[in-house]
Amino acid sequence: MSTAVPLVEVRDLVKHFPLGGGLFGRAAAAVRAVDGVSFTIRAGETLGLVGESGCGKSTLGRLVLRLVEPTAGDVRFGGRSLLGLAAGELRALRRRMQIVFQDPYGSLNPRMRVAGIVGEGLAIHRLGTRAQRAARVRELLHLVGLPAEAAERYPHEFSGGQRQRIGIARALAVEPSFIVADEAVSALDVSIQAQILNLLRDLQGRLGLTLLFISHDLRVVEHLSDRVAIMYLGRIVEIGPRERVYADPRHPYTRALLSAVPVVDPGARHERTILPGELPSPLAPPPGCPFHPRCRYAEPACRQVQPVLQQGRSGRAVACHVFPADDAPGGTGPPAVQR
Amino acid sequence: MALLEISGLRLVFPTPDGGDAVALDGIDLALDRGRTLGLVGESGCGKSMTALAVMRLVPPPGRITAGRILFDGRDLLALPEREMRALRGARIGMVFQEPTTALNPVLTVGSQVAEAVVLHRPVSKREAWERATALLAEVGIPDPARRARDYPHQLSGGMRQRVVIAMAIACGPQLLVADEPTTALDVTIQAEILDLLRALRERHGMAMVLISHDLGVVAEQADEVAIMYAGRIVERAAVVALFARPRHPYTQALLRSMPMLGRHRERLETIPGQVPSLTARLPGCAFRDRCAVAEEACGLRPPALVEVTPAHWVACIRA
Repeated sequence: MSTAVPLVEVRDLVKHFPLGGGLFGRAAAAVRAVDGVSFTIRAGETLGLVGESGCGKSTLGRLVLRLVEPTAGDVRFGGRSLLGLAAGELRALRRRMQIVFQDPYGSLNPRMRVAGIVGEGLAIHRLGTRAQRAARVRELLHLVGLPAEAAERYPHEFSGGQRQRIGIARALAVEPSFIVADEAVSALDVSIQAQILNLLRDLQGRLGLTLLFISHDLRVVEHLSDRVAIMYLGRIVEIGPRERVYADPRHPYTRALLSAVPVVDPGARHERTILPGELPSPLAPPPGCPFHPRCRYAEPACRQVQPVLQQGRSGRAVACHVFPADDAPGGTGPPAVQR
Repeated sequence: MALLEISGLRLVFPTPDGGDAVALDGIDLALDRGRTLGLVGESGCGKSMTALAVMRLVPPPGRITAGRILFDGRDLLALPEREMRALRGARIGMVFQEPTTALNPVLTVGSQVAEAVVLHRPVSKREAWERATALLAEVGIPDPARRARDYPHQLSGGMRQRVVIAMAIACGPQLLVADEPTTALDVTIQAEILDLLRALRERHGMAMVLISHDLGVVAEQADEVAIMYAGRIVERAAVVALFARPRHPYTQALLRSMPMLGRHRERLETIPGQVPSLTARLPGCAFRDRCAVAEEACGLRPPALVEVTPAHWVACIRA
């Protein structure tokens, strides 16, 4: 692992979506989708971002690419702040940052041929001559495992897995160094999902890509990620190396999430942590730790003081008053997850 | 006698050129009282169609051209529609993937559960409402008397699915057909709903057909498992046997292509190619073009589902 400047650096990122307060547009309240998030991603690394519906993970992915404007905070890419950039500079930098969406049906223009879809970024950034662009499209289709004839066909002629390959080829066209993959395999069948996961890993090895891999599926995230961040109600509650977070989760929410994943091992009934209550509204997150109303370990301090992410010894950070990121062996933690 | 016994079920959809696309091609299944059968497969394998056939809700122009579905000794395919309607919802409950579309947005959830009671039981409105509230309590909805007056949009996805389950069990069915009941839900909510379904089955002695693409969900919930591919059952066994010793190359490949918690691997094994569409199925074994051990004989005829070891059926000439 290099200690060089991280490729992506997110600092205290906040996004509030104001709710319109009627005709005269006075914002009465705001959805606090992302509420103070900081992390870094090193070049060539995959950071998995996990959380349940409404935790803010998709908004966070878009903020990192400045596809939505943050309310506060900063995103640095290769050391440069994205927020201070003028439109032209941002567009130039966009070449290096791309996104792959979940829905392989909704994210491809049905009236464009695959050649146009994949080559659009090249045309926008005026890269190469027409002939060079066509050659590049063929090369990209080959890279993602599609036949060259695919270039002349329309999206509806392809299966879901093939469309996801087209979406990946499009993202790769402009030779980005960073890709945000937002639930990129969630809509796919198991056998096709495995193909796309392997493809992402191969491409990463070959092209040195840096990946922010957003998913609700803890199994897929474990498979692909070097580091993992767990989000709850607009905040990161735990972040660290994959093995540490999965083998020895510290935050009670991480533990609950992991205990809920169904395992292919009939007969081995494991204990589940059932979370009482429901996800609070991001309009009015609870005071103190946002997880405290559902946490069985909550102490008085949790109701009043919001815990911050605190770094432990092995590169893991946890935002919890009760179970801080103490990675020392034999440290006091919650009972081990039974599997 | 099994509670549900399906034999030789064939379901076809007419194609524009006047032919038939075969959605289900000779399905044989049996389910005993109080047991849970997991039905697993990828998109288009026919698992949902099998469930719809059991309820006689196959969407037109699909039609059943052969086979028998015995429920508690009665042939469902021979029942007049009126009797089928009396059975459906009363003795066979249904839970679908998307709770939002299963509920009427302009009626309170209490009135929808009450309606499920009234449809099949001679009770007064007041009794039905009381029963509805009791059912909402049974499926774990907090403060049910108040929540009964809520509209679906006022509830979370998990709570809506609980309402759907309350409707499904309203008349104490012997069989619950659950088609991807937790696929639209978050993982912690999924765990709660699966626990609820298990508790209800145990309390009421209900049998369940659980349809899922998630082998983990099925491993945790089912007593027996049937794996489907391209309109056929390729393997069927008790849950422990199936996961410990999968025999069909498709089942084996499916298990190896799934990322599993705590078993990190650099690469997942993949199944080359893709799931065949309804109209592009191979003669012989439909899996042979994606199968690592296929041989020439696989193309001759579709392999029969054979009991290779006691209570373990496999449709593969190589198994």
